Amino acid sequence: MSVLVNKHSKVLVQGFTGNEGTFHATQMIEYGTNVIGGVTPGKGGSTHLDKPVFNTVADAVSATQADVSVIFVPPPFAADAIMEAADAGIKVIVCITEGIPVKDMLTVKQYISGKDCILVGPNCPGVITPGEAKVGIMPGFIHNPGTIGIVSRSGTLTYEAVDQLTKAGLGQSTAIGIGGDPINGTSTKEAVKLLMEDPATTGIVMIGEIGGNMEAEAAYYIRDFGNKPVVSFIAGATAPKGRTMGHAGAIVGGKADTAEAKKEILRDCGIHVVDSPAEIGKKMAELMA
Amino acid sequence: MNLHEFQGKSILKQYGVTVPEGIVAFTADEAVSAAKMLTEKTGTNWWVVKAQIHAGGRGKGGGVKLAKSLDEVSDLSKKILGMMLVTPQTKSEGKKVNKVLIQQDVYYPGPTPTSEFYMSVMLDRAMAQNMILYSPRGGMDIEAVAEETPDQIFKEYIDPKTGLQAFQCRRIAFNLGLTGDAWKAMLGFVNSLYNAFVAIDASLFEINPVLKTSDNKILAVDCKVVVDNNALYRHPEIANMRDLDEEDPMEVEAGHFGLNFVKLDGNIGCMVNGAGLAMATMDMIKLYGGEPANFLDVGGTANAKRVEEAFRIILKDPNVKAILVNIFGGIVRCDRVAQGVVDAYNNIGEINVPIIVRLQGTNAVEGKKLIDDSGLKVHSAILLQEAAELVKQVIAN
Repeated sequence: MSVLVNKHSKVLVQGFTGNEGTFHATQMIEYGTNVIGGVTPGKGGSTHLDKPVFNTVADAVSATQADVSVIFVPPPFAADAIMEAADAGIKVIVCITEGIPVKDMLTVKQYISGKDCILVGPNCPGVITPGEAKVGIMPGFIHNPGTIGIVSRSGTLTYEAVDQLTKAGLGQSTAIGIGGDPINGTSTKEAVKLLMEDPATTGIVMIGEIGGNMEAEAAYYIRDFGNKPVVSFIAGATAPKGRTMGHAGAIVGGKADTAEAKKEILRDCGIHVVDSPAEIGKKMAELMA
Repeated sequence: MNLHEFQGKSILKQYGVTVPEGIVAFTADEAVSAAKMLTEKTGTNWWVVKAQIHAGGRGKGGGVKLAKSLDEVSDLSKKILGMMLVTPQTKSEGKKVNKVLIQQDVYYPGPTPTSEFYMSVMLDRAMAQNMILYSPRGGMDIEAVAEETPDQIFKEYIDPKTGLQAFQCRRIAFNLGLTGDAWKAMLGFVNSLYNAFVAIDASLFEINPVLKTSDNKILAVDCKVVVDNNALYRHPEIANMRDLDEEDPMEVEAGHFGLNFVKLDGNIGCMVNGAGLAMATMDMIKLYGGEPANFLDVGGTANAKRVEEAFRIILKDPNVKAILVNIFGGIVRCDRVAQGVVDAYNNIGEINVPIIVRLQGTNAVEGKKLIDDSGLKVHSAILLQEAAELVKQVIAN
């Protein structure tokens, strides 16, 4: 088993015929992902990469029963693309696009709340269940099927963690890149919860960074409901403060905002926090031994 | 993107937020004519000369002064223009002042005492809602207020579905202790402020102080405005307000090449693909005895041109004693990045600091071989742990 995506997922690509969409759809198909086609408004009826192109997500869903969508639409149009997918009944929406305005994401959050769908991202590498489905831009070859789940706000740092796990002989159940934006679909806690409830996952790597309180929120959940070991790394202990926000921001985030404060909360909640990003795989291997 | 106070106020005014009258000046002569114009317009005989730099705490550093005559306007402007203004938010050497805002004095005597409040608008990430944070204790450091008297900090959350409601404005005005005309004026002030925040895709408004004047007007006496960079494409007039003089020249140059660069004070430069891995690499440098000299994300492509520019920018910093290149090649092939490093090295000529190149991912072994066979004085590594050990060795030498 796994979470969010698997070999039965019927994956639709929004922004299918653009450069990014074409490149990554090709990689996903090569990995063995069941890509059923794509959407590019105005190009419906044509084929691209030997797959059908649809004008709307709704058309694609009724023709193919697509249940997962991955979005490569440019930032000004990406929020709309997410809402179109939710409207058409897509269950898992993965938005790769970086640079969506915060105001647009607030609208998206409102729109999808109460709808039967999960949004992962935006500004994320996507979701992969090794050996079954790669829905995103991560390099497939570093992954191995296994039982470690990964949740991360970062792209390349996730690849680093996956690579260390694979080299330590630990495969992955599902790796979820939740993205680095201030407003995102699936929170750290929600992603951890999915993996905690997945019988095929035996350990979880949680990669966080400075800003916001998502890691703290996840940590309290793990303390209260956790049933498998969690290894965590929080990036940004040396990052300069106040580069993006002024005084007012410092009050709101409060104590949970810095890397040190987050690590302390995580440790207090029984999470195995490593200070060096080079020790993520080693620590998990120790715990799994 | 940060805006200057005078830019922020011009935007607030467009949305109906009441602000003191003010004119920006680049010379003492301009400052005097600005003062005269303000007198004609408002009748004011006193003026405030305010340094315009992107940093708070300007008053503490001597960048905000009251002038009680035109001669004083001239003298104070001469003094402030060109000064290196040091505030709690600038670096120790301060920031050069290139312009001043000449503003009418709004603390004039009148029928009631003046009072100062604090008000900011921002996103609460956890709630995924905007909020107005405010306090009856204005004009001072809000963090100190939060520490000393947390009960004097209030929050009003705004439902994104419906926007700010009238009852919320009333609650804010009551909590600030206002009555009568001032209470009424505050309702309009809060409403306009929030409308402006949404309309321009702001990520922060901080108004400290909000002033109730002696004749019961409500004014934004100071303002800090930050706009969401991702939304600038739909606000070209605001994008044009960017003031490159206020930014680190190295960071501006890096931006031209698509590099995300932040200058820091340490001794080990680094070049990484991806923001998360870049932060993690900085943390690792510190853990192994160094201090990061910068944050640098070369982005997803990490081609030879970008790598070369990244080297040039890092090498401009005389504090840099070594450079760590950490690339996780996913889609990008490590042998290509390695070739980029070799080319950059040869193009730049003499590089006098040790370079550690860690390449992992697609074709990592080929990449390492390319570096090792190049004959350059470059240490290569594949595992992150190996790179960390190399940093430690380099620092020890």
